[in-house]
Amino acid sequence: MTTFLETRNLTKCYQGQTVLDDVSMTLDEGEVKGIMGPSGAGKSTLIRCLNGLVPIDSGEIYLGEKRLGDKHTNMDKVRSRIGFVFQDFNLYTHLNVRRNVTIALRKVQHMKKADAEAIAQQELARVGLQDKLEAYPAELSGGQQQRVSIARALAMKPQLMLFDEPTSALDPESVGGVLRVMRELVQEGMTMIIVSHEMAFIQAVADDIVFMVDGRVLEEGTSEQIFEQPKNQRTREFIRGLATEAAGAPAEQDA
Amino acid sequence: MSDFLAFAWQHLPALLRGLQYTLLIWVVVVVFGFIFGWLLAVARIYGNPVMRWLAIGYIELFRGTPVLVQLFIVYSGLPNIGIVFTPIVAAMVAFSLNTSAYQAEYFRGGVGAIRSGQTAAARAAGMTRRQAISYIVLPQAMRIVLPQWSNEVILELKYTSIAFAIGVHELMGEAKLIGADTFNYFQIFLVAAIVYFVVVTIFTSVLDGVERRYALRQ
Repeated sequence: MTTFLETRNLTKCYQGQTVLDDVSMTLDEGEVKGIMGPSGAGKSTLIRCLNGLVPIDSGEIYLGEKRLGDKHTNMDKVRSRIGFVFQDFNLYTHLNVRRNVTIALRKVQHMKKADAEAIAQQELARVGLQDKLEAYPAELSGGQQQRVSIARALAMKPQLMLFDEPTSALDPESVGGVLRVMRELVQEGMTMIIVSHEMAFIQAVADDIVFMVDGRVLEEGTSEQIFEQPKNQRTREFIRGLATEAAGAPAEQDA
Repeated sequence: MSDFLAFAWQHLPALLRGLQYTLLIWVVVVVFGFIFGWLLAVARIYGNPVMRWLAIGYIELFRGTPVLVQLFIVYSGLPNIGIVFTPIVAAMVAFSLNTSAYQAEYFRGGVGAIRSGQTAAARAAGMTRRQAISYIVLPQAMRIVLPQWSNEVILELKYTSIAFAIGVHELMGEAKLIGADTFNYFQIFLVAAIVYFVVVTIFTSVLDGVERRYALRQ
């Protein structure tokens, strides 16, 4: 496998507070990496740094041969090939589903209208929402909105998908539909980084898990290592806490 | 009553001639006020400090002085420095400058009401800052401020009546001329008021329709 993305010694401070502290990790092509940890650990900040939505203070990010932040690296172009799925969907409220999916194809990739719409139909069919083309975001449930936002990201033919707690803002009954779509992506071999508290899901799909606390990587390993033999006390406690919380909660099911 | 109707009927053609100028001024003012209003709002929100302070200075100056004073400065003041406008153009200029200051503030409020995630989503999809602003932020802001904006636009329609003060023969100017001819001020101004009312009501309902059509579903 070839290294697809690498971070070296990332640090990030907000108003004097260290949010990312010396974070180094690598992501291979086709790899699915889960990022877990308590809130405030810097998980969201980390994946926002990876597509340059948040500028880093020091350290380096390599995407293949390209170093992000280089003068020669066009960040808009880089971003257009990295799909990002937000916790609260962030569908464009003034556009219907069809235009939510096609607008970046049209404006960023300068695609013809008919081509963009064909892609939109295809990606919306993939997430099971081909009948919602004309609906506005406000007319959809949270789970449907999140699936549209995944289709919107996939339409750009991303080389990497970043998920920032994609199910945290959803009703329990909507979670399954979103996870099912994500699981299909895993099966197709998409390179993904997933920030999530969905323990069972992460355990099932992640090749590798990064456990973060207070802006640092506390532990990294395969899902077996992290879930079954965590080395670190904090990791153990966190996993146990999640397991207790998840006991009895619905697993993947239809939305 | 029949006297009044006969009087109204007799002078209606002159008033409708005036109405054409009223509407002409208004349309120009709405178009330029919209364009300058957005330019000012964008300068104030996204501009560098110099642009921002210029925009703030402009907005406060035009909101802090009476529109009639602005009208006289444009029509009677500017010729002293060699800028001469016909009355109708002077009215278009003064009202456009005035309304753009108000519209800029409405637009700024609309932009401020948009959640930051909207821009983040646009940037994440590879849009440049400029694209995110023009395709995502501004269209949403416009929809958010549509009710206030319609209000301002209707207000401008009525404000055009003070153009009579610099001799524009719009609806109010015509009414005043007829009043001076006939000494029937009460009746002619009453007819003028009715004409304004009908026109305002028509455009208010048109704008209500636009609001319903483009309301942001949140």
